[in-house]
Amino acid sequence: MPDPVTDAPFPSTSYSAPDDTGHFGTYGGAFVPEILTPVLEELRAAYKTYKDDPDFKEEFRHHLREYVGRPTPLSYCDRLTEHIGGARIYAKREDLCHTGAHKINNTIGQIMLATRMGKDRIIAETGAGQHGVATATVCAKFGVDCIIYMGAEDIERQRLNVERMRLMGAEVREVTTGSETLKEATSEAIRDWVSNPDDTFYIIGSVVGPHPYPMIVRDFHRVIGTETREQLKEVEGRETPDAIAACVGGGSNAMGIFHPFLDDEGVQLHGAEAAGQGLNGNHAATLAKGSPGVLHGAMSYLLQDREGQIELAHSLSAGLDYPGVGPEHAYLRDTGRVTYHPVTDEEALDGVKLLSETEGIIPALETAHAMSILPELARNLAEERGEDAVLVFNCSGRGDKDMDTIATHV
Amino acid sequence: MSRLDRTFADLHARDENAMGLFLTDGFPTPDATVPLLHALDRGEVDFIELGMPFSDPLAEGRPIQKASARALDHGVTMQDTFDRAEAFRTESDTPVLLMGYVNPVLKYGIDDFCRDAAAAGVDGLILPDLPPEESDMLTEAAAQHNLDLVFLIAPNSSDDRIRAVDERSTGFVYAVSVTGLTGSDLDGTPTVDQYLQRAQRLVQQNPLLVGFGIKTHEDAMRLSRHTDGFIVGSALINRIEELWDREQPPMEDRLSEISAFARRLKHGDPAPTA
Ligand SMILES: Cc1ncc(COP(=O)(O)O)c(C=O)c1O
Repeated sequence: MPDPVTDAPFPSTSYSAPDDTGHFGTYGGAFVPEILTPVLEELRAAYKTYKDDPDFKEEFRHHLREYVGRPTPLSYCDRLTEHIGGARIYAKREDLCHTGAHKINNTIGQIMLATRMGKDRIIAETGAGQHGVATATVCAKFGVDCIIYMGAEDIERQRLNVERMRLMGAEVREVTTGSETLKEATSEAIRDWVSNPDDTFYIIGSVVGPHPYPMIVRDFHRVIGTETREQLKEVEGRETPDAIAACVGGGSNAMGIFHPFLDDEGVQLHGAEAAGQGLNGNHAATLAKGSPGVLHGAMSYLLQDREGQIELAHSLSAGLDYPGVGPEHAYLRDTGRVTYHPVTDEEALDGVKLLSETEGIIPALETAHAMSILPELARNLAEERGEDAVLVFNCSGRGDKDMDTIATHV
Repeated sequence: MSRLDRTFADLHARDENAMGLFLTDGFPTPDATVPLLHALDRGEVDFIELGMPFSDPLAEGRPIQKASARALDHGVTMQDTFDRAEAFRTESDTPVLLMGYVNPVLKYGIDDFCRDAAAAGVDGLILPDLPPEESDMLTEAAAQHNLDLVFLIAPNSSDDRIRAVDERSTGFVYAVSVTGLTGSDLDGTPTVDQYLQRAQRLVQQNPLLVGFGIKTHEDAMRLSRHTDGFIVGSALINRIEELWDREQPPMEDRLSEISAFARRLKHGDPAPTA
């Protein structure tokens, strides 16, 4: 019998996960009610057809360029670099994407699949509201009905995004069960999908859920990493940095920037997950404190109690407030290819301040978690690899949506 | 021959359909579970699905979601569920299957789970979020402990898929009646009949049982024309909730009403006595 923890050989030559059945080592897969099995098969077949289809690829590139505003800049953070005193820090500016976060790379890709598959009803879950906004946006743009499931607590703390979704014609359905956050919103979206499998396309917002979603979402976000390579070559004369840092909720912005560098062994990869009030209190540090299990259709690390009941996560950042994580991150954690760091609410708030004051960039609270691990990484890198070491951090989103929360805490 | 196989063979010999009833363990209270199971027995249930409560039951509609949450509020553990299954088994020979989600089973440990379930007199497992493709981890342990492993089909399952599910299942094949959650409204159109006829033709190795959304004897009769029996869950949970939370008659009356409810599902309303 496979052991989810130890049976995860890492291919050192060329990274190829997931396998044909959607497994990253022992993680991933498709643990879904029978009704969804044919639906997922249909999606796998469609993705297989379109991912190499020149028309599909050209249309995707076109939307990313003309609508999302790509390529996003790779900004050298001179004052932040100087302030910290270590490796040279660059910010990959996903905050400058249309709608204010990386999320739209994926929603463009998925809506293109949905319309080609003849689906005319879109559902999505959202925590911070960024994925909900990115989904509502593409639904408006493509003229498709849109229903967003959002926990009551998140509706409260991300009001601005709720208004944005409604203005673009989406129906925001309040979820009042359980923790009233992202976990329940996801469960409700899946229940909607089980009830409407024929006409409905579920646009999942991160590298989570059953196969093929973790792979599809990652692939649509890979553009973050591939652009970074090209841009680094131009400004630094080399395609690879010494290290990359990104925040990890479900893990989509992180997979997007990590994936094109997985085979470059010299590139350190660092993920920042939400430690909430601290690892001994309420937190969402799935990779540090969780254990393998099945939630929302995939095997991955989870916060769960002794009985295998899912525990409630906590993070000040609604987008990281989730007791699971994408299966590929579980795999990369076990193989040691990526190092994951828990970051508390308080440290994230310090990160917001630091980036705002030194660079004039107000990051989303999610993004601020990645920001918080930069000082230590930058100093260590400079020590190990010299002052020319390069550190890229994925500036996944802008902080406008969090101003209320930030104002009450800073 | 498993207890479940014997039950179906006996029913078949008498040319009768099976009635399976679903009850969440620990609902409405932990103390009520074993008396309720006996009440179902008196109500002529043919096999029982005992629900293992889970925090995130994806395929369930509101009634079973709420029942599950309520059981967890009472602190129900897997050990408790085994204990109650065992208490029932010492006094009844009715087959019991555990039904629930795969995560608590994984957490308990697959081998330990199968061993302890079998020791408690459990006859089989139904895990709706463990499709055949992901079930290799369980099949060996289940077989070793003589637990039947029931897989599900749905109206949108292809012919090949239905055959493959039949191949992998032991005990019976569970035909989900609607593309929806437990407790959904039944599809009133001929589509359901066409689907169940198709399933009846394709499922060759196992009995075929239909469930999801069956609320009355009439529903049960209509759908089980094409199958070897039917399963009721949400409607029973709703009736229990009414009795415990609203009507609140003495305990004895609650239990005898549940027996009567089961009998009505199976036989219809009793003819009025002169
Ligand atoms: C700006 C931003 N970054 C990161 C995340 C976390 O998601 P992921 O880990 O999938 O990138 C969110 C989620 O809402 C977000 O809004």
